[in-house]
Amino acid sequence: MSLRDQSHLRVVLYEGDGAEPLDGDLRFDAISRLLEQGFALTRVGSAGRTAPDDGVAAVVLGQFQNGARQLTTDAASEQLRFTNVSGFDSERIAGAVESTRAETNTARHGEWKPWFPVIDYDRCTNCMQCLSFCLFGVYGADQQGHIQVQNEDNCKTNCPACSRVCPEAAIMFPKYKAGPINGDVVTEADLNREKMKVDISALLGGDVYSMLRRRSDQAKERFSKERDDKKALQERQKCLTKLASAGDIPAEVLMNLPSPEEIQRRAEEAKAKAHAALAAQR
Amino acid sequence: MTHESGGILYCNCTYAQVLDPAAKQAVLRKLCDSGRSFEAVADLCEMSARKDPALKRLASGGNLKIAACFPRAVKWLFASAGAPLDPQQTEVLNLRELDAAKAGERLFAEDLQPNIPTGKVTASDVPAPAAR
Ligand code: SF4
Ligand code: SF4
Repeated sequence: MSLRDQSHLRVVLYEGDGAEPLDGDLRFDAISRLLEQGFALTRVGSAGRTAPDDGVAAVVLGQFQNGARQLTTDAASEQLRFTNVSGFDSERIAGAVESTRAETNTARHGEWKPWFPVIDYDRCTNCMQCLSFCLFGVYGADQQGHIQVQNEDNCKTNCPACSRVCPEAAIMFPKYKAGPINGDVVTEADLNREKMKVDISALLGGDVYSMLRRRSDQAKERFSKERDDKKALQERQKCLTKLASAGDIPAEVLMNLPSPEEIQRRAEEAKAKAHAALAAQR
Repeated sequence: MTHESGGILYCNCTYAQVLDPAAKQAVLRKLCDSGRSFEAVADLCEMSARKDPALKRLASGGNLKIAACFPRAVKWLFASAGAPLDPQQTEVLNLRELDAAKAGERLFAEDLQPNIPTGKVTASDVPAPAAR
């Protein structure tokens, strides 16, 4: 099942009217445990706002004084289940939630490290360099030809290489160690990494898109030169080594790159996709 | 701008070590002990990748303070899941930079200091952090 197709369980810890609040340590331990297990949780306390009911499957936990029926929430959801946790420790609370998750066949968490590019559309100019660079089909274009991240789980964990290819520093990996890739502000120095950008475009055998735009003889000549398969592969090797030594591409990713022929095939495929998306915008 | 019955959302960043574990724990402990209602999620990044519809319910309904990481990242994580945050009604407390005491202070402060970036932000025009 794809990452996007699964439904999700909402966990509500109810400590409002009609329920006995949990002991402080127990509350903290239970919530921490549930978060470590990947759940999203609403704590209903004595004041403050909670997110509205949206009809998803939910389990309401509480030390209910007079039975769960007395509980009034804004949720008329049929998917609501109540679990009286009086006398439970945090492990048992987490176990009860996990059982409900299994019964409701809702998403299981923690099987994939959420590492994927996030596009800052305030910065993005839709140049499609990222789409043509990525060999793993992470990027695509929507029907209007706008760049999109379409297959997040195809992304290679801890590899931020495509963020380096973006001329606008518009690609973030929020779990990356440093800015601006982690979402920190973009500085002039970040935008001046021309050397790195040129090197990366060489990975694909040349910046085919600027060539398409300029349509100059000079660019055409460069394009045909750089399309030389052998030269392109040599360049790719050189640049990958450089990126790896700069600590950007993890060794596992480099070791698991497809064969040179497959890389060439995928690069052509990605370029064709990017080309089509650019053509659709004109 | 007063916070009044604004919402609070805490991100535990469960699937990475980018937030200081002690700061995370301290903020969560403060929330737990406050008696207030709040939302807590394991990992906003995971939810965004899954296009989890829960992001829509979290983004809806007025003033919201979010304890997570960089405001620019949080903004686009929500937006790319089809759940844009209202820049006028959102304050992000960046636990990659703020210590737990400051973050806690802002979470419970009456006022809201919106700081979601709008437009092409560079170092010179980013809104000042809510508190350091
Ligand atoms: S490379 Fe950057 S600017 Fe170009 S389409 Fe991708 S995200 Fe947008
Ligand atoms: S939004 Fe920030 S704090 Fe939350 S999971 Fe993603 S990287 Fe971690």
